[in-house]
Amino acid sequence: MADGEGQGTVDGFIELDGVEKVFDVRRKAGFLRRERHRVRAVDGISFRVPRGEMVGYIGPNGAGKSTTIKMLTGILVPSGGRLRVAGIDPARDRTRLARRIGVVFGQRTTLWWDLPLRDSYGLVRRMYRIPDARYRANLERCVELLDLGDLLDVPVRQLSLGQRMRGDIAAALLHDPEVLYLDEPTIGLDVVSKAKVREFLRDVNAERGTTVLLTTHDLTDIEQLCKRVMVIDHGRLVYDGGLDGLHAVGGSERVLVIDLERELPPITDVPGARPVKVEGPRQWLAFAATQSAAPIVAAVAARHPLVDLSVREPDIEEVIAKMYADRKAL
Amino acid sequence: MADAPAGVLRRAGEGVHAYGLIVGMWVRSTMAYRTSFVMMALGNFAATALDFVGIAIMFTHTDTLGGFTLPEVALLYGTTSTSFGLADLALGTMDRVGRRVRDGTMDTLLVRPVPVLAQVAADRFALRRLGRVSQGVLLLAWTLYRLDVHWTPVTLLLLPLMLISGAVIFGAVFVAGAAFQFRAQDASEVQNAFTYGGTTMLQYPPTVFATELVRGVTFVVPLAFVNWLPALRILGRDDPLGLPGWVDFASPLVALVCCALAGAAWRAGLRGYRSTGS
Repeated sequence: MADGEGQGTVDGFIELDGVEKVFDVRRKAGFLRRERHRVRAVDGISFRVPRGEMVGYIGPNGAGKSTTIKMLTGILVPSGGRLRVAGIDPARDRTRLARRIGVVFGQRTTLWWDLPLRDSYGLVRRMYRIPDARYRANLERCVELLDLGDLLDVPVRQLSLGQRMRGDIAAALLHDPEVLYLDEPTIGLDVVSKAKVREFLRDVNAERGTTVLLTTHDLTDIEQLCKRVMVIDHGRLVYDGGLDGLHAVGGSERVLVIDLERELPPITDVPGARPVKVEGPRQWLAFAATQSAAPIVAAVAARHPLVDLSVREPDIEEVIAKMYADRKAL
Repeated sequence: MADAPAGVLRRAGEGVHAYGLIVGMWVRSTMAYRTSFVMMALGNFAATALDFVGIAIMFTHTDTLGGFTLPEVALLYGTTSTSFGLADLALGTMDRVGRRVRDGTMDTLLVRPVPVLAQVAADRFALRRLGRVSQGVLLLAWTLYRLDVHWTPVTLLLLPLMLISGAVIFGAVFVAGAAFQFRAQDASEVQNAFTYGGTTMLQYPPTVFATELVRGVTFVVPLAFVNWLPALRILGRDDPLGLPGWVDFASPLVALVCCALAGAAWRAGLRGYRSTGS
């Protein structure tokens, strides 16, 4: 783990300070006429990720997730702000940084399309100059945990999406990267493949201390893997914190489902709760997710003939959808 | 961007190393299907050889073409074919840059710790292109046997120098063409005009073309330095533009300048890509 590079590793292994990316987009506007306008894909983002953390990076399409990853890996040069990964400026020292990071693009493979996995891995070994013993140990481990044994001699183009993704993840980890970036690692995978990938990532993070930053559309990825989540929208960071905190920020509500002895008009006399649905003797009362359910249950039980009750936790997906919608309304 | 010369050399070394690695792997995977490879190489050989058969048939009706005899034309043909064949073998697959930019796979090359140029150049290395080279070399051997010229140490040295410089000039055109594809992703046809079009032109004596065209490929796209100018010296003829004699020996210098320009174009293309994305 010792390295002389990153001076600021204590508080941030990945550091972004007001990072921006502005694209000049030219659009056809009639015959030969082109309109130019600027798009701020990333509009002043700042965050720090300490070594060994696993962070989810989410946002709607076109929010700037991939652009951020591309800047972190040195593919794209930022238009403004300061960016450091392991103390290295990715835009300046792209190839030097490349030895220390692993990247998985969900939608396109980094493997050689026409070659069997085994050949691709051999090439990766030589390109990254991975010592023989370490290469063999890493490959063995990946093959076992990602179930690649039968696939090693199959050309990449013949692999299914899930198999290819597992092959890609293994390729990104053969050189023991300190950071692993995953851009939509579970997109299009079936339930079994998703579970396998998640389990493997959890292992890598726990055992190697690999810092992981992943973008995803699948919030289950985040719920199962990340303690911390960053939400980006229109190129700005709109949330950075624990998954639980999202509820407070998103103004999400829990729902108390009560079964009464008989049909009653909607219950409106319980402070802090409001009826959202009535179906015969069953009623749904919504209350703020940050509030305790106990006083509301007590109030309902004191005033109405209560038979049974249950509490529904808010759906994280709804919370985030609501966050995007709220921002749009601004 | 102010690289010290040592840094440039180190990067070049890394590039050659990476190029070798990737090419080696493609050759090994090609050799897994040996029969297929032999068929492809023979096909490549036959396709290019038929080209010259056309010229040979032309000579059954005439003794000279633009004042050049068959062995003399064969010298032009053999040299340009060999030079272009070598460049095509080494860098011919570079015209996939545009497609890579379009489908986003260029990004995957940028996250690897080796120069992108080497990765692009070695990608899908096709050993079957040896067919064109061997056709050029065979024809060249026949020409040297049949050609009635007075060889001096100078002209003997000029021949390999011409072949290597020619290959380097064509290679530079490939790199420059690929660099241009960062901007215009469908530009490979423009590049083909210079590479395939250029070789076809250089296979014939300069005397059959209009002077303006000869001037163009001398001063604008310096293809005349691939074989015309040095070959005319070997054949003991004057060039149609009446250039000073030392120009016949300028090919290596022109090749170096082409390399520098192509390298700069590549860097500019890649820099543009990294600031705008796909």
